Amino acid sequence: MQTDPLLQMRHIVKIFPGVLALNGVDFTLRRGEIHALMGENGAGKSTLIKVLTGVYPSDGGEIKVDGQVISIKSPQDAQMHGISTVYQEITLCPNLTVAENMFIGREDSVWINRKDYEKRADEILSNLGIPARSTQELGNCSLAVQQMVAIARAVDMRCKVLILDEPTSSLDDKEVNMLFDLMRDLKSKGVGIIFVTHFLEQVYEVSDRITVLRNGELVGEYTVEELPQVELVSKMIGKELGELSSMNEPQDSEAEKKEVFYEAENLSSSDALPFDFKIRKGEVNGFTGLLGSGRSESVRAIFGADKVTGGKVKINGKNVTITKPIEAMRNGIGYLAEDRKRDGIIADLSVRENIILALQVMNGILRPISRSEAESYADEYIKMLNIKTASRETPVGSLSGGNQQKVILARWLLTHPEYLILDEPTRGIDVGTKLEIQKLVLKLAEDGVSVTFISSEIEEMLRTCSRLVVMRDRHIVGELKGSDLNQTKVMQTIAGGESKDEEQI
Amino acid sequence: MKSKFKKIFAGGLGQLTIPLIAIALLVIFNLIRDPSFFSITFSHNNDGNTIIEGNLISIINGASELAILAMGMTLVTAACRGQDISVGAAAAIAGSVFVKVLKAFSVINPGTVIFAFICSCIVAMLFGCFNGVLVAVFKIQPMIATLILYTCGRSIAYWINGGATPNVKSHILSGIGSFIPGIPIPTPVLIVILMAVIFMLVFRFTSLELLTQSVGINESAAKLNGINSTFIKLLSFIILGVCVCVAGMIGVCRLGLINHETLLIDVEMDTILAVAIGGNNLGGGKFKISGSIIGAYVIQMLTTTLYAMKVSSTDVKAYKAIVIVLLVVIGSPVVKREFDKVVRNMKAKKKSVSKGAAES
Repeated sequence: MQTDPLLQMRHIVKIFPGVLALNGVDFTLRRGEIHALMGENGAGKSTLIKVLTGVYPSDGGEIKVDGQVISIKSPQDAQMHGISTVYQEITLCPNLTVAENMFIGREDSVWINRKDYEKRADEILSNLGIPARSTQELGNCSLAVQQMVAIARAVDMRCKVLILDEPTSSLDDKEVNMLFDLMRDLKSKGVGIIFVTHFLEQVYEVSDRITVLRNGELVGEYTVEELPQVELVSKMIGKELGELSSMNEPQDSEAEKKEVFYEAENLSSSDALPFDFKIRKGEVNGFTGLLGSGRSESVRAIFGADKVTGGKVKINGKNVTITKPIEAMRNGIGYLAEDRKRDGIIADLSVRENIILALQVMNGILRPISRSEAESYADEYIKMLNIKTASRETPVGSLSGGNQQKVILARWLLTHPEYLILDEPTRGIDVGTKLEIQKLVLKLAEDGVSVTFISSEIEEMLRTCSRLVVMRDRHIVGELKGSDLNQTKVMQTIAGGESKDEEQI
Repeated sequence: MKSKFKKIFAGGLGQLTIPLIAIALLVIFNLIRDPSFFSITFSHNNDGNTIIEGNLISIINGASELAILAMGMTLVTAACRGQDISVGAAAAIAGSVFVKVLKAFSVINPGTVIFAFICSCIVAMLFGCFNGVLVAVFKIQPMIATLILYTCGRSIAYWINGGATPNVKSHILSGIGSFIPGIPIPTPVLIVILMAVIFMLVFRFTSLELLTQSVGINESAAKLNGINSTFIKLLSFIILGVCVCVAGMIGVCRLGLINHETLLIDVEMDTILAVAIGGNNLGGGKFKISGSIIGAYVIQMLTTTLYAMKVSSTDVKAYKAIVIVLLVVIGSPVVKREFDKVVRNMKAKKKSVSKGAAES
């Protein structure tokens, strides 16, 4: 029963302009199995799922359900073949009742009267052990229950393959357990579940199998027993454990002796759990951890980008309050955000306007930077960072990703920050620019600027940082420096669990 | 001449191209229809002042309130990605306050007029603030938020006026509404120029333009750059409040009375239209105030042309709609894209032709 293939995807290829998003990926889902789909950002997980659910047409390969080749051209097709998805954000209507949500928009729902479908909904809910009544307004249920109603809806539509995309990211522990019980129940009923999550522990709690993707390619399919957590991490990141530190001998950094620039105690925000952190002048430190581990949330808290909820902050030994970006900026902190498009560039404005923006904001509304001043700043930084643009008046949105990133870097450098936070400055940009940015980081540190550098690529961080703060599941789980700065140690700390055994050996 | 033509079309359609072409077409159309349409004459008015008269002057004069409101509306549009539909109603309130305060004095002199203006300005800014708080703090869509004042504004004006349409007669007010002795140009036109200069100076001596555009294009990024987007949005509504007050005052001074039912009636949609015709994206972001001012004159010239063609006032709206549909469609991104494509193809052809010629 366990080995009966329910869904087979063979050699799936998906090409986006200029990017090979999926390169001949295979994926097999068996009846009554919970199958975790793992991979770092950009590995191709969501592309694969979107091909499977008909959101993207595939550019090659075949999909079989129950041994029959099917073509999926739209989400409706996928649903017809029994493939249902429950997305991270709940896509139901909170102002309708549970029953209405379960039957809304379904072909057969038009002819059913209210009493009938409420009765049917109650049956399904009690069958699945979901603690909700059909007449309840969905918005009044907890997030977990809403999630479960979405699942119940999918199940009632006779789904064979259920895709859960980050279902647990907004649930608390108790709710997660409720969800897992439901998943196990569905599994025993023969439903195949594809489980996408960032939380490693959760994978090991419910999954039977794990498929790992990296850079649009299949790394492999493993049973949970044969793939310990550390190895999973190394497969996701793409470095074997044996591949030990080929890094330059880490010296005890001179920065150790320098004075502390920024110090936070129990700093927390709406998105980050309380943490302690300090950075010295001229030090390059890194936050690492898998996606969703809380690294971005922590640095955002430092910059006051999210609602700061508590903690003490000292700059140069003096107490300060930083609850808004402008306060951080006035205290000499700059922050290059993770999502360049959403939080970085002002796409329609020119390179010049984008470069002077942060400095202009610091100057205040009544002290504008004159046109000629702005032009000379723009020219200076276009030359210094080697930004490739037709002119300084070109809208920044029309530049390539790497050059957009340089424009934002220029924006912060122009404010002459004493502490610069770079969140994934090298993501999605070409190798040449990556190296330029790394060099720039080291040069800044030489000039006495403190830098926090975040990257998904561990080598890059080992190359630039003298100290790494490691995070897992929104907690700081370790701080590595000196001789501990090597791939193995970092990966063990990220993965957790087994690192203790290693230390004992 | 040719190079200028090329400049306009080379980079696709610039923001001001369409409104300028619209004006040019209207002028040409009128010149063909009636060559004397734009004749300007000097005459004397009742007070014995030398003034200039003519269709062109009445167009420019008549569009004054619209142009002033369009300036403020451009800013609100850019920052809030939506429009304020309560400007007409708010102007009625501002005008009523202006008259009410004037009536409280036994004599009308420059001092009392300025005082009344300041009072009505404060009231208009407060109502702007009200709209602004709904939009910026409570994140209500601008059209919905301003629907409240749109609905109740003229009732509030009715209360202020005690249900009457009080009139105020003074040579100062008629000076504001028509001509100042010794100056042949209608005063409202001068006020438009003054407002435009003020806006220019504000943009020159503050960074409001950059900050507003940043908030309108990418609010999330703007916030992370330390911009207080709530303040910028609120400010745009307050500035529009000032424009509303000035427009309301001109309206009152033209007639010498306040009629809250008819003062600047239906002006809100024309204002939004002026912003749109001016090539500004109603979805916020980059803007040009000059475009909106030209847009206001396009609308007014269209109306005047239609009246001159003896189109009845009920039919005018329908004809206006036809022209506006054309303008808006021509200015739409789809047409722009297609137009750019055609231009590119033509260029490519030219190149290949010249290349082919060179080879042969």
